[in-house]
Amino acid sequence: MKDAELELKAIQLRKHLLQVIVSAGAGHTGGGLSCMDILNVLYNRVMKVSPETFSDPDRDRYVQSKGHCVEALYVVLSDRGFFPAGDLETVCHYQSHYVGHPTRHIPGVEMNTGALGHGLPICVGMALAAKMDDSPNRVFTLLGDGELAEGSNWEAGLAAAHYGLDNLVAILDHNTLQITGHTRDVMGTEPVVEKWQAFGWDVREVNGHDYAELTAALTDPAVPGRPTFVVANTVKGKGVPFMENVAKWHHGVPSDSELVEATAELDAALAQRLEGVE
Amino acid sequence: MFSPAAIAMAEKLGLQKGRANLEVFAATLESLAGTDSSIVAVTSDSRGSGKLGGFAKAFPKQLVEVGIAEQNLVGVTAGLAACGKKAFGVSPGCFLTARSLEQIKNDICYSDVPAALIGISSGVSYGALGTTHHSLHDLAVLRAINNLDVVVPADNFETREAIRAASQAKRPFFVRFGKAAMYGLHGEATSFEVGRAITVRDGTDLAFIATGETVIQALLAAGELEARHGLACRVISVHTIKPLDNEAIFQAGLECGAVITVEEHSIHGGLGEACASVLLQAGVSKPFKIVGIPDEETVTGAQADIFRHYGISMEGLSQTALNLLQSA
Repeated sequence: MKDAELELKAIQLRKHLLQVIVSAGAGHTGGGLSCMDILNVLYNRVMKVSPETFSDPDRDRYVQSKGHCVEALYVVLSDRGFFPAGDLETVCHYQSHYVGHPTRHIPGVEMNTGALGHGLPICVGMALAAKMDDSPNRVFTLLGDGELAEGSNWEAGLAAAHYGLDNLVAILDHNTLQITGHTRDVMGTEPVVEKWQAFGWDVREVNGHDYAELTAALTDPAVPGRPTFVVANTVKGKGVPFMENVAKWHHGVPSDSELVEATAELDAALAQRLEGVE
Repeated sequence: MFSPAAIAMAEKLGLQKGRANLEVFAATLESLAGTDSSIVAVTSDSRGSGKLGGFAKAFPKQLVEVGIAEQNLVGVTAGLAACGKKAFGVSPGCFLTARSLEQIKNDICYSDVPAALIGISSGVSYGALGTTHHSLHDLAVLRAINNLDVVVPADNFETREAIRAASQAKRPFFVRFGKAAMYGLHGEATSFEVGRAITVRDGTDLAFIATGETVIQALLAAGELEARHGLACRVISVHTIKPLDNEAIFQAGLECGAVITVEEHSIHGGLGEACASVLLQAGVSKPFKIVGIPDEETVTGAQADIFRHYGISMEGLSQTALNLLQSA
């Protein structure tokens, strides 16, 4: 799929994300929008996994450590054919498997997450298992930048470098905002590039909304013996101007009128893109 | 661990002193790993404490060292298990079930991966090292977490069988034990089944319902009560705290004159309160006493000192039994 096609898909995915969150009456809008392009690239270009190969032991693994942005994962998995889009009308509803964080009840989800700081340790275990089995698969996880305050990430960071897990890729959704406000004000995590380099990782810093840059960071060969850390600089609320870089949209749910406005913004962007493509 | 009188009683009962359950765990895991290359031990600078030095030498590719990082240990164990490994996360019970409790709850139990978690030197095995090194809360918190079998073996036989069961388990599994040498309680013909308690000695005057390394203390007390007072006491080894053998507990309450539960754990939330729940909900009301570690700053001293202080000994349990029967 070409970059332009992926970019068009991303707009549709963002529209679906907002619909799901409004239908659910809950969700993480800002972070879902910020990580959408990352997930789009992972599932539609980078990872060797599909509904047909999900039971293959050699499939690529993805664990969403920032599990609260599950709605973005849901719409990408649905678009990828793991389950019907109609299932997402039940997100957060009574007796639905589609709860507000990922669970293995959902086709395509590898592990249950939601408490922060859990994805990277799990992925270290998965990457070690692949090494033990001489499996070619790669293991990906997505972290939030506020999440880096969880100490377990750094335990896993040490272990991944210690074991030279060059089949492991951690992606940081570096949108610089968390529920309370700017990450730098809540708990400074910078300089993330230098910190992960110092931990022995190969660090790649990219624009997290640029498909060429994301693709290169996620597909260029790993440095032998080093895990890869991709700092994806993103915009919280990306794609909906009135939500961009506004902390309240961390888990703000659009009102009906806000949904109309946001959808109009995305439709306009879609029309503009289509014009460009034509 | 045992007074001269208790040792004499053990001899009278024909009990043989075995090895530490910890050593049996390590030997069993090493034996299993020899025929199952999917077995992986994950340690947190705990291979020495876990007696896994031999395992590490024999199967270096099947041991993952994460350093002193118990949260990572459980997360890594979960990831390995999710990818087809029979992963055993091995760490002192005090750290494993406190520092990494959230990882146990979410990464292992909620994600439903067939990992085994081994709490070594649990309870007050590290007695003199103080409360930081005690795990007197673990059964309470793990009982409250869905999708986890919780096994506390009493002797070498139960330990070996528990580790074998853990290696075959299709769901999350937790085992905890201590590091003192244990008397053997069972013959090789004994049947071990997860969730099925073992009656070590029969009787109806009183039932000792015990778990882990306190079962021997209850058995010695039963011997003492018979020898000195002519009382026939039932001794049940509840090696599986979850799922609990409700039937064995119910029958003990129904058939015996009184019930004493014994555990190397807080009196809150462990075996005793679990048994009380079973009996009360079944409408069985008998004189009942929970023996364990009370809700106070635990007395200082070695494991044997702590046991003796809180009456988890032949002498202490005998006296508790007499008092309970007298008050009935």
